[in-house]
Amino acid sequence: MAAEQPIEFELVSPAKLLVSEPVDMVVVPGAEGDFGAMYRHSPLISAVRTGVIRIYEGDQVRQRIFVAGGFVEVTPERCTVLAEEAMPVEDIDRAAVEAELTDLREDLGAAEDGQKDTVARKIAVREAMLAAAA
Amino acid sequence: MSSLKELRNRIASVKSTQKITSAMKMVAAAKLRRAQESAVAARPYAERMERMLGSLSSAVQGREGVSPMLSGTGKEDVHLLVLVTSDRGLCGGFNSSVARRARRKISQLLSDGKQVKLMCVGRKARDLMRRDHGDKIIESYSELDRPKLTFDAADQVADKISELFDAGEFDVCTLIYNKFQSAIAQIVTEQQLVPFAIPEADESDEAASDTEADRSVYDFEPDEAEILDDLLPRNLAVQMFRALLENQAGEHGARMTAMDNATRNAGDMIHKLTLTYNRTRQAMITKELIEIISGAEAL
Repeated sequence: MAAEQPIEFELVSPAKLLVSEPVDMVVVPGAEGDFGAMYRHSPLISAVRTGVIRIYEGDQVRQRIFVAGGFVEVTPERCTVLAEEAMPVEDIDRAAVEAELTDLREDLGAAEDGQKDTVARKIAVREAMLAAAA
Repeated sequence: MSSLKELRNRIASVKSTQKITSAMKMVAAAKLRRAQESAVAARPYAERMERMLGSLSSAVQGREGVSPMLSGTGKEDVHLLVLVTSDRGLCGGFNSSVARRARRKISQLLSDGKQVKLMCVGRKARDLMRRDHGDKIIESYSELDRPKLTFDAADQVADKISELFDAGEFDVCTLIYNKFQSAIAQIVTEQQLVPFAIPEADESDEAASDTEADRSVYDFEPDEAEILDDLLPRNLAVQMFRALLENQAGEHGARMTAMDNATRNAGDMIHKLTLTYNRTRQAMITKELIEIISGAEAL
């Protein structure tokens, strides 16, 4: 199924603009379920779960990008994802993430009450990252 | 006139100062390029975030129970000023221009009968404000960019701001920082963080709103209030991050310019001192010759 017209897809993280290009369809892990955004999607603002964004070209997944939560704004012409952290799935370095995970688990033991949540959240993100790369 | 030895020492000292300033200039130039890149790279996120918040806030406008971070607390008695400066000096008027703006703002607010609190990000902000307004400083941060400026650092500051706001410590929060324009120009910028000021539509926004027709038709998942509760503190961190990045780029730019001037001044000074040195040397030789000749003539 070819899209009649592409939708402008933008993915930005605080550090940089990762993707800005027209795509046929993009599937975003929304807070209340994954959804696909194509040209003429109805306007929507949603929270984004930690997960993988899939960019489609025709029926094929062209690129998979891991995102760690954020927000998405969809208009008929445009889909903008504001990710807290984002990285193409193929760039995930399993060894590096695992090392980070070990460090974070140690931190969790030593963390004060106020910071436990932050560390726990970071651990969850790393775990999801590993799952996505698997 | 100073003696030859004194002059020689002066010249040597100015020369070594010049070496330091020109090295600092090189370092600043290298750091500037990196800082500028990350500042530019962070702009799209902050812009998109502002746009999204704009759509959201116009959707919930006028409704009951909107987060006070958006609508304000209904009064503006206590102002929190967040000053962003560098940790280190030797960068010209970079930090003092922020301090000057802050002082003006403080005296204006005080004369309006408001209460002012200060939050200093960067060691220089605290140093500059401590004397006149030390009693107003409630929090200060430094060395946020060591080893590297990350989003977490901005998050930490933003969390503190949210916490203070939730505790009812202030009503309005304004951020004062240097916006990076170019290596020689930094613009002191005031930005209201809380309550969120809906950005004024510029030309590009107008074009966007034309194509997007009515903004109020957005669907929300989950509902508006929940997204807003997440998005507003997030926005705080993002704006903070942007300010920190701009500040960092500006700092290196300002230091580069200041050190360039210093190096040039040192060059001028060396030139003048060398001239004086040579002249003095000549004068002494001439004097000695005259003494010898007049001595010989006297015989």
